[in-house]
This record gives sequence, C-alpha cells and structure tokens, in this order.
Amino acid sequence: MASSATGANGHPNILLRHREIENLADYEVYCQHGGYEAYRKAVQMAPSAIIDEVKDSGLRGRGGAGFPTGVKWSFIPPSEPLTYVVVNADESETGTFKDREIMEGNPHQLLEGALTCARAIRASAVYIYLRGEFWDIATALDERIAQLYAEGLAGENILDSGWDCDLYTHLGAGAYICGEESALLESLEGKLGMPRVRPPFPAQKGGGLYYEPTVVNNVETLANVPWIMEHGAAAYRAIGTEQSTGTKVFCVSGNVQRPGNYELALGTPLRELLYDCAGGPPDGRQFKAVLPSGGSGPIVPTTEEILDTPLSYEGCVAAGTILGSASVIAMDDSVDMTWVASKVTKFFRHESCGKCTPCREGTYWLDQVLDRVLAGDGRAQDIRIIDSVAKNMQGATLCALGDFAANPIIHTIAHFPADFQAHFENAVEAAGGD
Amino acid sequence: MTTDATTPFNERYAERIAAAFAKYPDKRSAVMPILFMAQEAYGYLTPAALREVAALCEMDPTQVQSIAGFYTMYRERPKGKYWLQVCTDLPCALNGADAFYRELQEYLGISEEGGTSADGLFTLEHVMCLAACDQAPMLQCNFRYMEALDMVKMKAFVEEKRAELERSTANGATAGEGA
Repeated sequence: MASSATGANGHPNILLRHREIENLADYEVYCQHGGYEAYRKAVQMAPSAIIDEVKDSGLRGRGGAGFPTGVKWSFIPPSEPLTYVVVNADESETGTFKDREIMEGNPHQLLEGALTCARAIRASAVYIYLRGEFWDIATALDERIAQLYAEGLAGENILDSGWDCDLYTHLGAGAYICGEESALLESLEGKLGMPRVRPPFPAQKGGGLYYEPTVVNNVETLANVPWIMEHGAAAYRAIGTEQSTGTKVFCVSGNVQRPGNYELALGTPLRELLYDCAGGPPDGRQFKAVLPSGGSGPIVPTTEEILDTPLSYEGCVAAGTILGSASVIAMDDSVDMTWVASKVTKFFRHESCGKCTPCREGTYWLDQVLDRVLAGDGRAQDIRIIDSVAKNMQGATLCALGDFAANPIIHTIAHFPADFQAHFENAVEAAGGD
Repeated sequence: MTTDATTPFNERYAERIAAAFAKYPDKRSAVMPILFMAQEAYGYLTPAALREVAALCEMDPTQVQSIAGFYTMYRERPKGKYWLQVCTDLPCALNGADAFYRELQEYLGISEEGGTSADGLFTLEHVMCLAACDQAPMLQCNFRYMEALDMVKMKAFVEEKRAELERSTANGATAGEGA
C-alpha cells in the first residue's frame, strides 16, 4: 500500500495501529504496546471519573448518529444493580467495512474499550453483537476473550476489584435493521429484529437489554476509548475539530483508484480523502457525486465547494449531508443517478423490517416506480410521485430507516434532475414510435 | 458423521447447546445460535428442526419459524452444496458486480434467483452489502468470503468443484464395486 494512503494526516493512528504493528491482534503483542494498561488503571478509578474523561475527550458515536459517548454512558443510573454493555458490530451500512478491519486487525483495542465502558457503568456483562457473516471474526474474538478470563481481566473479581463482568459474542443472521440499536436488542433477546418504541431509551430501566439499563456503542467508538484513557482527553481533543474530535476511519468505495479504509483526523477535506488517499477517479473519468454516509445519507455532487468540505459531523451537515459512519461511496461521470437511487432503494426495500407502514409500503412502491422508469416506461408524473412518497416516509417511522430510504430519492432528484429527465425523454420517444 | 446421524440433534449438539444457553439469562436469547446449529446438523431448517429448536428454547414453533424467515442466513429449503451469495449492492455494482452476477448465472446455467444448478452443486442468489466493498466484486460461499473476483477466477473455482464431484462419484462407484 502506498505510504500516502495510511496514517492520520500527521496524527498518530489510533484505530488502525495494526497496520504499523505486526501481529497486534495477539494478546502478548498488544500488551507489549501498552495494551490493557489503560483498563487496569480504569478499574482502580471511580466510575464517574472514567465517564468524565470520555466526556471531556469529545468522542462521538462512530456508528452514524454521532451522539457524545461519555454523555450516553452518564445516562445509566449509577444505583442500578444490573446493567449491560452491548457492542454494535453489526456493520451493515452499504459501503461500510471499518469495524471488520478493526476486529480482525486490532481486536484487543475493542475488547479493552468495551471492558472500560463496562467498568464505567459497572456492567455485569458485555455482549458483542456481530453480523452473522462475521462468524469467523466471532470465533477469533471468543479465543481472545478466553485469554482475558485467564488473565483475570474479565470474569469474576476482575483485578481484585470485587467487580464481576462477563464478555460474550453473539451472532446475528443477516438483517441490516439489527444495526439499529433497539432492533439489535430485540434480536439479542431472540426476537425479530424490529425497532422498539422509545422512550424508554436503552439507557433507562425498561428500555435496554432484558429491560435493564444498557449502553449500546459501535465497535469503532469503543476502540477509541483505550487511547483516550492512556493519553488523556486533552490529547484526543487536540486531534480533529472542536465539535468532532479525534480520528475516524473512512471507508472509501465505488469509482476510485484505491478503495479501502483510511484513518484521518476528523475535519480533513473530502478532496484529500478522495484524491490523496483513494487516488482519485478511474483514469479518464471525473467524480460526479459522493455518498458520504453510505446509502443512508444525502448524496451530494462533487463540486469544488463540496470537495473542500471538512469531513466532520458539523462540516457535512453544513454541506447538506451527514458524516454518518463515514462510508464514502464515490461515483464518476459515467454513472446514472437514477440507477443509483434505484440501487439504494432496492437495498432499503429488502432491509425494511416491515413494522412501520410508511417504510414497508414506501420502499416497495419507490422500487416499483424506479424500476419502470429505468425500463424506459416512466410516466410524466413519476418524479412527483416518488418525491411525494419519499417525503411522506420522513419522520413517520419508529427508527431512522424510513428517513434513510427517503434520502436517495429526494436528494438525487434535487441534485441530478437531468439524470431523471433523460429517462422520460427516452420514454416519450418510445411511446411516440409505437 | 453418518454413524451418529440417527442420534437426535439435541444430543449430538448437547455441549454446544449448553454453552449457548450459558451466555444468556433467558433461553429465548439462544434461539439464533441454536438455529445455526440445527441448520448445520440438518442442512436446512426442516419443520422438525424448527420444532426441536422451539422445544429447546421453550418457544412456540411459530415464533421460531418467523425468526428463521426474518433473517436471511437461515435456509428454509435445501440448497446446493455451495451456496453463492453475490453482493450487487451499490459499491460492488459500481465495480461490475451486476455483470459479474449475470455471467456467473449464465455459466452455472441457473435461470432464476436463488436457483440451484442441475448437478446440485451451486445455488446462486443476490445478497445485500457484506462489508467488503473495497474488494468488489465479491461473494460469500457457504458464509466464506471470496473477494476481488472476476469470471476467470470463478470459472476455475466452479470447474474445480465440478471435478471434485466427478471424482467422488467415480470413487463412490469404485468403492461400491469393491464392496
């Protein structure tokens, strides 16, 4: 791999350290590089002090929502006798493949982060919910977990603190919706992966796993925690922007020369990611559009202005999109945006759990209408129909999937009307020829 | 394996089932891992398998069946020896996955989505994003990832499996004659 393609633009790699340190997945190697020191320290600390450190770091959830991690942890009532940590390793967003690399290359950093979180909320168990396709990663994690029990870092009376905490993996079986935290909890309880009505939220009594207060955090989020505990909140805050601290793993896919994961400081311009890291568009092509947050977030045209967008939570919002899980899908000028809208819609149609009518029916009809448009059989009112269906899905469902599914329609129509119009011109000609 | 095929599933998998139950405070949470075990034992989730899993987890068979139907990694029908699930989601499709799927379909002589080749070796279907977008086109074969594919690699794979089948059929015939 090209040297320019790695590293956090001048900052240390926090998450993808395995690219520099050989065999970092081995417990001994991880410990030789300071592994579990932060956790050992944390076990001796007051739980509230751990939460304060993470709060001060400014770390925000890397699964997509960007909620402040320390604040989330602080919602757990300190007097609750039974609490849980659930690690969201369901990584299913189109274009996202960062948690997989972290769990394969740097798994102990996740386990250390998860245990530190467990200590902060005095949890009695950690469940790592992996998408079913990651069964070999789960098998490897199970072996590493067994080693943590043997070393006294998990299980009963951890490091003589009197605190007991178990650590388990759990496999899903193929359902995007289980990446949504309340659906994930349902699935972990052996039910259909369908979102819950909130409140109560997972952190509250009645809202979490087995109705107990629960922190649900993404893999990448927790993998940041050991570094924060080791180097301190201020050092972490020194990386990134004021509102988006630290580094982020950006997954670049689609029409680029070098797809892959790139760990960069938050706030790095999109241009640097797409050109310096990913090598730009295929030869002879220009970028046309980018989905900065996989299938879920609004698509944006790759204008000069957009290419200057700082990839931070606030920077992406100002540019009319979201950072999300930072799964950046690039498209070049050979790509028809109507086809993109159709592809993403098919994904959501398949992955809608069917609980809420606007999402279940909406994704079905959007897909049907887009299919006929792409087949050259579109009708003059079709753009208006799909725009209307999409807008009626927004805000009308229990979880964000309904909103996500509306995005590809609303934003591709807004930014690339000519791509849609081209299909109708063909349709008119075909009709006239009959 | 064939020697203990008559042993009930719950006895053959007793140790793994007990380990699954030990992870959770209630039995229902173990339904998904135990469904995977039943699928491994029977090849797919037969109605009898679903009833067995339901009894183990103290659930209604209908509830277990709805779970088997909701999640895409459970098989409710028999599949070919190699279950090929090709990702044709956006990032893979931007790198030729749709054409790859069509060519593979044609090469295997499978005409319908989820269909199985005449020799019973391959079942082919689409799948949604498998978190390997930088390795497109890719697929999972019996839940093992095969990445950065093209038809040259796939044809070699398919032919290798076909040759294996032929050899085992021939060996089977020889063994039969010998006996």
